[in-house]
Amino acid sequence: MHPAWSIIFFTSISGLGLGLAGLIVLGLLDLSLFSHLLIASSAVFGLIGAGLLSSTLHLGHPERAWRALSQWRSSWLSREGVLAVLVLASLACWFLFTLFFGPPPLWCGILILLMIVATVYATSMIYGSLKTVACWHHPLTPVCYLMFSACGGSVAFLTMLALFGQPTPQMLKEITLTFLVGAWTLKYAWWWALDNRGSASNIETATGLGTIGKVRSLMPPHTSENYLQKEMGFVVARRHAIKLRYISIFFGALLPIVCVIFGGSSAGILSMATIFHMIGIFVERWLFFAEAKHVVTLYYGDEQLSISS
Amino acid sequence: MTSLPEPSAIKLGLVIDLDICVGCQACVVNCKEWNTSGYGAPLSDESAYGAQPSGSWLNRVHAFEAGVGEDAKTVHFPKSCLHCEDAPCVTACPTGASFKRAEDGIVLVNEDWCIGCGLCAWSCPYGAREMDPAEGVMKKCTLCVDRIYNENLPEEDRVPACVRTCPTNARHFGDFGDPNSDVSIMVAERGGYDLLPEQGTKPVNKYLPPRPRRQSNDESVSLLAMADVATPKGFWRWMDSTLEKLG
Ligand code: SF4
Ligand code: SF4
Ligand code: SF4
Repeated sequence: MHPAWSIIFFTSISGLGLGLAGLIVLGLLDLSLFSHLLIASSAVFGLIGAGLLSSTLHLGHPERAWRALSQWRSSWLSREGVLAVLVLASLACWFLFTLFFGPPPLWCGILILLMIVATVYATSMIYGSLKTVACWHHPLTPVCYLMFSACGGSVAFLTMLALFGQPTPQMLKEITLTFLVGAWTLKYAWWWALDNRGSASNIETATGLGTIGKVRSLMPPHTSENYLQKEMGFVVARRHAIKLRYISIFFGALLPIVCVIFGGSSAGILSMATIFHMIGIFVERWLFFAEAKHVVTLYYGDEQLSISS
Repeated sequence: MTSLPEPSAIKLGLVIDLDICVGCQACVVNCKEWNTSGYGAPLSDESAYGAQPSGSWLNRVHAFEAGVGEDAKTVHFPKSCLHCEDAPCVTACPTGASFKRAEDGIVLVNEDWCIGCGLCAWSCPYGAREMDPAEGVMKKCTLCVDRIYNENLPEEDRVPACVRTCPTNARHFGDFGDPNSDVSIMVAERGGYDLLPEQGTKPVNKYLPPRPRRQSNDESVSLLAMADVATPKGFWRWMDSTLEKLG
């Protein structure tokens, strides 16, 4: 699949913002100073908002984007939109309440956290529900999205604690490390599944001509690339993909883990951890698209759906 | 509404006969011609001429080779929307722009609602949807909904443009909900099949397989035998020898 920057940016940035918001609403950050409240709320709205805005960039008609809130009964994209709007509205209420009356009761935070989990899940299911892209259509796809949001959010949360000069509970560090290790282990399992899972579809089932013998594409229907090939025909070569997987683990897991373990409560080092993690996620998200093969490629020259080496 | 309707009694669609399609591309061109002035915005091209022509089309003809040796076949393979009963392109659409008609099962896009997100094209296993490069809305085969019910057209023209134009009769239009319709009978007799059945889309359009090669063991129809002309007699013999003498 074509790795569109607007979508890569959207899923990574809004995932981070939602993870961060999920920890803030649990009341683990002291927001009694107005400046802290301002920074925390701008970070959350900035990240989620930038993500949502960039996701409208690849639309043919961004001015009609509101229509996407209507089909939540059947469409994961619509569910994601509705949930994101609900989350943004309840976060606004949460921050306003904090501003005027101090921290809201914990159950409010837990409710928002549940909505956040649902939003990230809906984002992941836009991809996870597509039968046409076999490597996305896997139970680990939403798990990975949720875990990345959790570990990105918690690294960013540690950074914010350090920035505000608030004490970092040891347990929070341990939870962050657990998220980091867990997320990337699951992602590794996802890659393993991608490498080792066949698909029931091949050029014979696509054409129904297998009864005659081995099928080959003879001529494409047109002389230059069409929309389908541009949008769905992109696949990164396997040897590059393997290198990029390790680069994403290096930036997304290894460097942040080292920073969190040895960084103490240095805001500088923890900011680096957040940035490294983001770089790792960008590479991971680029690969998520670039490694994914769409079944329509069977009509355009591919005979199998496995990635070529 | 992009939830799918209850399966309709009438299921309109196409039968494509891979045995007789010669890959002439007439259906492709007539589809483009009809639909550029029919339902919705014109079907635009990014570049209609020049070295790298590109644009949106609703019907494309691929070509495949199957088998090896003397039983191998070249198969021309037209493909347009299959108007699936379990259409994943419809349920994925966030806006309600994509829908399946409850009355006849035709899958359409309401272009005034479409935001051009492209998710329906990702959901379709067959590559039946293409984004219009000028309008930024999704285009797909309409089953020529603006012909088949159009009372301003003479009756023989109330079939899809691709069906009407096919010079070999490789495309047929009809109701698959009716077991006695021409298309249903054709599918039953010739073993019509679904493309990518494992994707679970339940396509309405069916494909008829190429017929097996005719086996001929009869020497008399062998071209070689026909070429082996017997020694001429009478007038022809005289001419043969005279011509021979002329050198
Ligand atoms: S062929 Fe593709 S576009 Fe047409 S109904 Fe089926 S899934 Fe939808
Ligand atoms: S491109 Fe248009 S029709 Fe397709 S899913 Fe998006 S809004 Fe629906
Ligand atoms: S039915 Fe109409 S829109 Fe569909 S492929 Fe044929 S000519 Fe094109």
